[in-house]
Amino acid sequence: MATPTIKNAAAEQGFEYLPLIAGWLVPGAGHFLLRKWGRGALLAASILGMFTLGIAMQGKLYAGAHDILDILGLAGDLGNGLLYLLSRVAGLGADQVQVTTADYGTRFIVVAGLLNVIAAVDAHNLRTGRKS
Amino acid sequence: MFRPSHFAAVVLFALFASVVFGITQRETPRRMVRYGIYCFVLFVGSAVVLSWLMFLIAR
Repeated sequence: MATPTIKNAAAEQGFEYLPLIAGWLVPGAGHFLLRKWGRGALLAASILGMFTLGIAMQGKLYAGAHDILDILGLAGDLGNGLLYLLSRVAGLGADQVQVTTADYGTRFIVVAGLLNVIAAVDAHNLRTGRKS
Repeated sequence: MFRPSHFAAVVLFALFASVVFGITQRETPRRMVRYGIYCFVLFVGSAVVLSWLMFLIAR
């Protein structure tokens, strides 16, 4: 019984929003900070896999906000944190969708960002004790 | 360039989304697995059912 208490005490030290911010910047990092290694690895593999496949399908990375759909797409993409920024810097992704699989890829990238936000909020809930 | 079929894209999408949903929406490992499988079946199943509906409507 003593082990979980020690683990929880260690996890609850430091800045309360650190798992949330780390989880947003790097998929799974929020759970790794809380020593949830298995959950963090599965979340990281899923989100990284989805983002990578989206890029491999020549999905579009939203760069600007010209209309409401672009704004929503950009919001989803920004959920990927550093993955989005690094991909933009590296020039990955397509500027325009030209084939069907590129349209799938665009959705994969947006949904990977949204799933990453869910995972980061989950890490925050674990940190605050809202979730056990 | 990776070019999956529509069905392969659905299965991959369902797999990744179900893993995240399972881990984040349930508390115990057993319930996480069950909810993940439930989400996966719903994702793929609804895609198959809707595809057949669209096929029959288009005929």
